[in-house]
Amino acid sequence: MIPLSWYLILSAALFSIGLFGVLARRNAIAILLGVELMLNAVNINLVAFWRYLDPVKITGQVFAIIVFAVAAAEVAVGLALVISVYRNRKTVVADELDMMKW
Amino acid sequence: MTILFLITAVVILASAVMVVTSRNLVHAALWLVSALFGVAVLYALLNAGFLAVVQVVIYIGAIAILFIFAVMLTRREMRDTGPGLNKNWWVSALTSILTFGGLAFLLSSWSGFSQTPAAIPSGFDAVSALGDALISPDAFVLPFEVASVLLVAALVGAVYIAFNPRAGDSPRAGDSPRAGDSPRAGDSRK
Amino acid sequence: MTTETINTLIWLIPLPPILAFFLIVLLTNRSKALSHTIGVGAAALSFLGSMAVFIQAIGKEHLGEDPFGNSIPWLPTGDTWFNVGVLIDPLGAAVLFFVSITIFMIFLYSVGYQNFGQPKGDHDRPGLPPHGATVTDELGHKHTVLSVEPMYSRFFAFLALFAFGMYTLVVSDNLLTMFVGWEIMGLCSYLLIGFWYGKESARNAAIKAFMTTRIGDVFMLLGISFLYSATGTLTFREIFTEEMLHALATTATPILGLSAAGLIALLLFIGTIGKSAQWPLHVWLPDAMEGPTPVSAMIHAATMVSAGVYAVIRMFPLLTADFTGHGLTTAMSVVAFIGAFTALFSATIAVAQNDIKRVLAYSTISQLGFMIAALGIGAYVAAAFHLITHAFFKALLFLGSGSVIHGMEHGVLHTGNHKVDPQDMFNMGGLRKKMPITFWTFLIGGFALSGFPVITAGFWSKDEILADAFGHGHWAVFATLAIAAFLTAFYTMRQITLTFLGEPRTEEAEHAQETPWTMTVPLMVLAFFAITYGWVGIPEHFPVLGGLIPNWFHEFVGGTLAEHPEAVEFSWIPLLTSLVVALGGLFFGWLVYRNVNSPAEDKLQIPVLKNKWYFDEAYDFLFVKPAYWFAETFIYKWMDTGVIDGILHAFGKVTAFLGTSIRQYIDKLIINEFMGDGTARVTQWFGGRLQPMQTGRIQQYMLASLGLLIVIGGLLFSMLVR
Repeated sequence: MIPLSWYLILSAALFSIGLFGVLARRNAIAILLGVELMLNAVNINLVAFWRYLDPVKITGQVFAIIVFAVAAAEVAVGLALVISVYRNRKTVVADELDMMKW
Repeated sequence: MTILFLITAVVILASAVMVVTSRNLVHAALWLVSALFGVAVLYALLNAGFLAVVQVVIYIGAIAILFIFAVMLTRREMRDTGPGLNKNWWVSALTSILTFGGLAFLLSSWSGFSQTPAAIPSGFDAVSALGDALISPDAFVLPFEVASVLLVAALVGAVYIAFNPRAGDSPRAGDSPRAGDSPRAGDSRK
Repeated sequence: MTTETINTLIWLIPLPPILAFFLIVLLTNRSKALSHTIGVGAAALSFLGSMAVFIQAIGKEHLGEDPFGNSIPWLPTGDTWFNVGVLIDPLGAAVLFFVSITIFMIFLYSVGYQNFGQPKGDHDRPGLPPHGATVTDELGHKHTVLSVEPMYSRFFAFLALFAFGMYTLVVSDNLLTMFVGWEIMGLCSYLLIGFWYGKESARNAAIKAFMTTRIGDVFMLLGISFLYSATGTLTFREIFTEEMLHALATTATPILGLSAAGLIALLLFIGTIGKSAQWPLHVWLPDAMEGPTPVSAMIHAATMVSAGVYAVIRMFPLLTADFTGHGLTTAMSVVAFIGAFTALFSATIAVAQNDIKRVLAYSTISQLGFMIAALGIGAYVAAAFHLITHAFFKALLFLGSGSVIHGMEHGVLHTGNHKVDPQDMFNMGGLRKKMPITFWTFLIGGFALSGFPVITAGFWSKDEILADAFGHGHWAVFATLAIAAFLTAFYTMRQITLTFLGEPRTEEAEHAQETPWTMTVPLMVLAFFAITYGWVGIPEHFPVLGGLIPNWFHEFVGGTLAEHPEAVEFSWIPLLTSLVVALGGLFFGWLVYRNVNSPAEDKLQIPVLKNKWYFDEAYDFLFVKPAYWFAETFIYKWMDTGVIDGILHAFGKVTAFLGTSIRQYIDKLIINEFMGDGTARVTQWFGGRLQPMQTGRIQQYMLASLGLLIVIGGLLFSMLVR
């Protein structure tokens, strides 16, 4: 059988790639794409743990469902924000959005 | 099984890399769809069929589409959008590698790192158990309901934030937010 | 009357005057009529009470052994109580008699003297003697008349307080309350001498009186303390017991070989030297004539100075505690010497004085010397007798002189010439025609003072002193007193001649007027006593008259002592001496002065005598000026301004210096610049350096936080896991 470690390594890698996307991409939407990847990595982790440790206790899946909902909500709001910012500033490049500069 | 897993894993990781490195955002979004598919297959492998379907429907069917919409709405011109990565991408790469390394190290020092999956008792219906858990007052009905409230809030918020008074036939004068404070929450003062 | 009633009455005698004082001061100060009514009324009440007690006293057998009075425990002193109370033994009764009469007469006299009923002065101010008021009569003529004293009520208040002090002194049965009365009178003396406080001479005289008597009082207090510590009591009847006196007489003290009794008696006597103006503390009494005449009469003739002699008479058993009858003890010698010396000394000064009151002042000092000398030689009854008769005729003389001055002031206001001194005898003359009542009463008083035989009281008392001195072999005292008696008669006649006889020497004397009834009635009352009082003390063996009337005084007052004093044997020599000096002095006085009209013609205006033997100047040089120097230069200039203020200024300078240094070097430099501004600068520098960190770019923020998280995580991991 597939040891748990594979899943865990996979999710860690996915998480790191998502993290890279968040930190390194210029476009704000691309950043959000990276966030999505990270959320998915977390979900993989959760479901893997559910399956491998105690499948009868359905808590893992419930957690994953909730994460789904949260991810959806977050994407909606995030993209709305990006659009709004685009309207005002005419840019979606994260580096150009530095109004909080000193 | 193992083969399946390996193929799926490669797909996921490759798609993910493409997501974060594509210059063209639409391409990036489409690569995201691919990655999400791979994750769905993974769920199926893990005997979480319901989750796999939910993944496809929601993540790919709603969220990825939303991403494409957003990309469309924020396109300046059809030309090249410049470099995809910002100036300090190598620092970020380093950080991600370190993160991965750290996570892997931490996980590997856990005793149950390489365990085998537990057995599923026969006759165990995960879906119905999930359904029970989500609406049973002893279980997770409250988080479930709160999640629905969260979604409503996100919906209203997103609509409100992204609302554009110039476009559309919505009346201006009568358009007062329910909260009663000034409109144009998304306005930023120059 | 029961003994109870009498005792209560004695306690009540000093009460009306003190009530009068408070009433006048607090309530009736504005109303002149009300004030003098209260004052005179209080004096009358005390007079009535005293008379009642006196009558009871003379009716009682053996009053000396069982006197009136009681005491109450007042001050708890450890295991015992200090008692205060009243005592009327024969001496006390006799003194009470004359004190009450003279005080009452003086109160009455003051109403007229302070010009009650006269209009307010033109420019009278409180603090200065009244100056006269202009009145216009029906014909439109303007006259200046005597004006009423502005501080009328105050005068009566002080007089009442004084009366309280005197009564307290007389009825006391112990040294403490006696001293209290003594001091109250001292205070009133100050207040009344300085009554016209606007005059600088009056102010100075008041201070001089107080200071001089204070010297005496300090020693008196020493004596009282010594007595209390030696015997544990201050009540007369407890001290004058055989055992106590014997104990005191046999205790030796290291001073001058005196016994305790002698030392105490001398210390108390020093108080009398001050109070009764004996040499060397006599200097205040002549200056005390600055006060209004009733004051001079009451305080400085009849009552207060008599209090000094009364104190010695009271303490007579103590003074004579180790007297065996032969040879005077040290204490008694001192007393006799001072008395006799003073008598002669001040008589010589009186001869050269021109102010009518000054003559009487020195005369008082001299007569007090007589009494003190009498006590010094052990003549108890004679001294008491002379005390009482002197009070009467001296008060009479002073009030008479006040009447004369009043009449002269009338003349001064008439002529308007304010440069004329109404008190200078050389401005008077011929006043017997203008002021007859005053003249006759003054004459009676003067003759009594001189010792005119038989019909004046002064003769009997003075003769007794001389007889005692001669009879007990004290030749020096006898001779001195005889010469002093001669001089007394001489200057008295001089005074009468210059004032009343002859013709008026000035216009003012021409226009003098007799004074109102409130002034002349007291004169007449006192004149009566000046004549008759002598007859209660006629010695038994006197030729012709002796034995006709019993020597009541000797019996009565002599009963105060434990051992009834013997009457001295009759001898012709003192009697003849007395007659010769009295009549001779009077005759010579008239002879010399009937033709003298100005000071230039007066051969006795010798500078030494006129200037009181330069004692005032000597005291000024020896005591007053050094005291002023000490106060002004040493204490004020050097110590206070120099040292103490110097210290304070030094403190100030040091503190100021510290303050500025702290400000300059610590506050400004360190705290403000280094710490205050410095912190700001450092913060600013840091802020400036850190500022670029805040780029506003969210990805950089995330990188930074992640990096830090990794670092911390690694650290924690390495620390916790290992």
